[in-house]
Amino acid sequence: MGMTDLLYARAQMGLSLAFHIIFAAAGVALPVLMVLSDWKGRRTGDADYLKLSQKLAKGTAILFAVGAVSGTVLSFELGLLWPEFMGQYGEVIGLPFSLEGVAFFTEAIFLGIYLYGRERVSPGMHMFSGVMVAVSGAASAFFVTLVNTFMNDPSGFTPSASGPVDVQPLVAMFSPGWQYQTVHVLLSCYQASAFAMAGIHAFVLLRHPGAVFHRKALSVALPLACVTALLQPVVGDLSAKHVAKAQPVKLAAMEGQFETERGAPLRLGGLPNVETGEVPYAVDIPKGLSILAFADPDAEVKGLNAFPRDEWPPVAKVHVAFQIMVGTGSAMALLALVTLGWRWRKKAWPHGRKMMWAWLLSGPLGVVAMEAGWLVTEWGRQPWIVRGVMRTADAVTPVPHLAAPFWTFTAVYLFLGVTVVTLLVRQVAGTLPTRDGGLTGGEAHAD
Amino acid sequence: MPTDAILGFAVAGTFVLYALFGGADFGGGVWDLLASGPRKAEQRALIARAIGPVWEVNHIWLIVGLVLLFAGFPRAFAVLSVALHVPLTLLMLGIVFRGAAFTFRTYDTRGDAVQRQWGLVFSGASVIAPVLLGMCVGAVVSGTIRVEGRVVVSGFFASWLAPFSWAVGALALSLFAFLAAAYLTHEAHEPALREDFRRRAMGAGVAVFVAALAVLLLAREGAPRVWEGLLRSPFALALHAGTAVAAVASFALLWTRRFQWVRVAAAVQAGLIVLGWAASQYPYLVVPDVTLHGAVASPGVQRVLLVALGVGTAVVVPSLVLLFRVFRPAPTPGAGSEA
Repeated sequence: MGMTDLLYARAQMGLSLAFHIIFAAAGVALPVLMVLSDWKGRRTGDADYLKLSQKLAKGTAILFAVGAVSGTVLSFELGLLWPEFMGQYGEVIGLPFSLEGVAFFTEAIFLGIYLYGRERVSPGMHMFSGVMVAVSGAASAFFVTLVNTFMNDPSGFTPSASGPVDVQPLVAMFSPGWQYQTVHVLLSCYQASAFAMAGIHAFVLLRHPGAVFHRKALSVALPLACVTALLQPVVGDLSAKHVAKAQPVKLAAMEGQFETERGAPLRLGGLPNVETGEVPYAVDIPKGLSILAFADPDAEVKGLNAFPRDEWPPVAKVHVAFQIMVGTGSAMALLALVTLGWRWRKKAWPHGRKMMWAWLLSGPLGVVAMEAGWLVTEWGRQPWIVRGVMRTADAVTPVPHLAAPFWTFTAVYLFLGVTVVTLLVRQVAGTLPTRDGGLTGGEAHAD
Repeated sequence: MPTDAILGFAVAGTFVLYALFGGADFGGGVWDLLASGPRKAEQRALIARAIGPVWEVNHIWLIVGLVLLFAGFPRAFAVLSVALHVPLTLLMLGIVFRGAAFTFRTYDTRGDAVQRQWGLVFSGASVIAPVLLGMCVGAVVSGTIRVEGRVVVSGFFASWLAPFSWAVGALALSLFAFLAAAYLTHEAHEPALREDFRRRAMGAGVAVFVAALAVLLLAREGAPRVWEGLLRSPFALALHAGTAVAAVASFALLWTRRFQWVRVAAAVQAGLIVLGWAASQYPYLVVPDVTLHGAVASPGVQRVLLVALGVGTAVVVPSLVLLFRVFRPAPTPGAGSEA
């Protein structure tokens, strides 16, 4: 097993997850938006909302299908790339995975009924199916995040030379910090999807300011986007406080904190240098980190130097990813504040060019923050696959030539990504106003 | 019954369900590829309409089986993931392209040429995936995957590329195609379309018979344990006798055009074949070095998994019944034109 094979295995896992996360998040959040506009349409009798819900349903169908197959790839890859991890800890984390399977089942079943059964079931049953899709999607994200929580801070077993003994699956399922991480992840799914949707409709409104359909679509996306963008920093802060206590190495890497010190500053930006133990180009806010992490300006923050060098995560990557997550999160929260202020004063959602530009430019930020946050937690756990008990290097498969599957899946995901974007663009293009003021008929033949 | 046997039975059960539902969807892809004659377009439309609402659901049986395997028998999962790394990776590619291309074909409405391209990817992947699945099964029962301690020592290719494994791959492909054609005779409303799939079901039934015979003959050399199991274990013999009865019944019902019963007989036949596989390798998970008992998770985990299995069944089964009731074939001819 050469070092490069380990890197290829990590790269393939990372690529598969980075790809899948976007589709999984859409599978969690789009059903909510779809049901909301469906419900709005039924309540007001406004055909635009029903049309929006049908468009969202098509988007959900495409994204869910790709999410389902990429999720299948991941469940195989757990074993194909990390057989020792699964061979030893499969039984410890099997429970949340099994429950995720149940949630995935109900999500697929009710999505089938919602998408294809509009004419075959009663309106109440149809709405119920949509709600079940949304609930199952959230449940499945919840359960799978529990697995990640376990990997970050494992509990519910006693490690031994031959693997875990005295396994308590329920304790393992709710490893410390589960409440923060699951809420953080669920919010990120809704936030990323709502910002992306708002960005798309803002883009159309900049080119066609009179497009009523897109004004209404924006009014469905903005409340969810604003609420999640304001809640997320609060939950993120709780999560970071937990990491500070439970995973101090990770916090030190996130903040570029090399020395243990009281009254540690908060470093904004910068690029940590592990050789010199400094963070050049960073802007320091005195005592900021001690306040944020421990709510005490003189609290002691453990630095990386307090830990063996071979247990350090890749400091620069973790720090930069964390800065990106916090930066984009702050920008989104600010935009949400301004938007809600406008909504409160004018009793209408904003539609001016400046605000539309702001929402257009913020459209990708939710996805960026989600990916960056996921990188923080994954890189921040290295060199461990299960923190403190199994190193990633000890979990990897003995199969050689892992470059081949890595490049294959890179090409496959690139192809799928481009295709999905093209299809979604065409879905949106079908709703653009035409010269005679009507809507173009871009209907797929699937209903 | 000890809990490890119950969990083993649950894993086998999910594979039976995956074959009956997910397998038939792959079979649908096979008939999409082989669509021919004056009703070529109608055949494809019928297949798409039958698969559309349910393929993602049917696919989940595979994931459930996988999760039960790594949660209940983690060592076996690790061994299989190493020994069958290559065919499982190829199988994943097949699964990805089958599902993605089917969805893209549904929603990519740029015209016939594009639809045909997606259709070719969908149907091509539908042929390749079952063969790979069968080859993996063949490798597992053949006894050629060898493990010393925790290390797979039999390499990454020989076990699944043996003639016996190829034969099992052919059996899986023809079995899935047979199932799909049998189900489609019931889904079709138009008599001529029914006849198309009746002929296909009979052809695929013959292919199943030939492939099963090849598997049997190659088993003597390629999978000696299965060969012995076939001849010695009375339980296995009863299963195989049942399979034979179901196979004859499927043919008789196809011959006499009792289509609503054809699918039942075909499903029983396919289910018994998969169960027969499981029975012939019992008590091994990977013949001959990994047993159910040797690979099973700790007792506490087994109990929790059985509870989760109960909860899952209580949630999923009623939902599935609802799904299949909503999308059962319309009783009146001509009502199925909304595709």
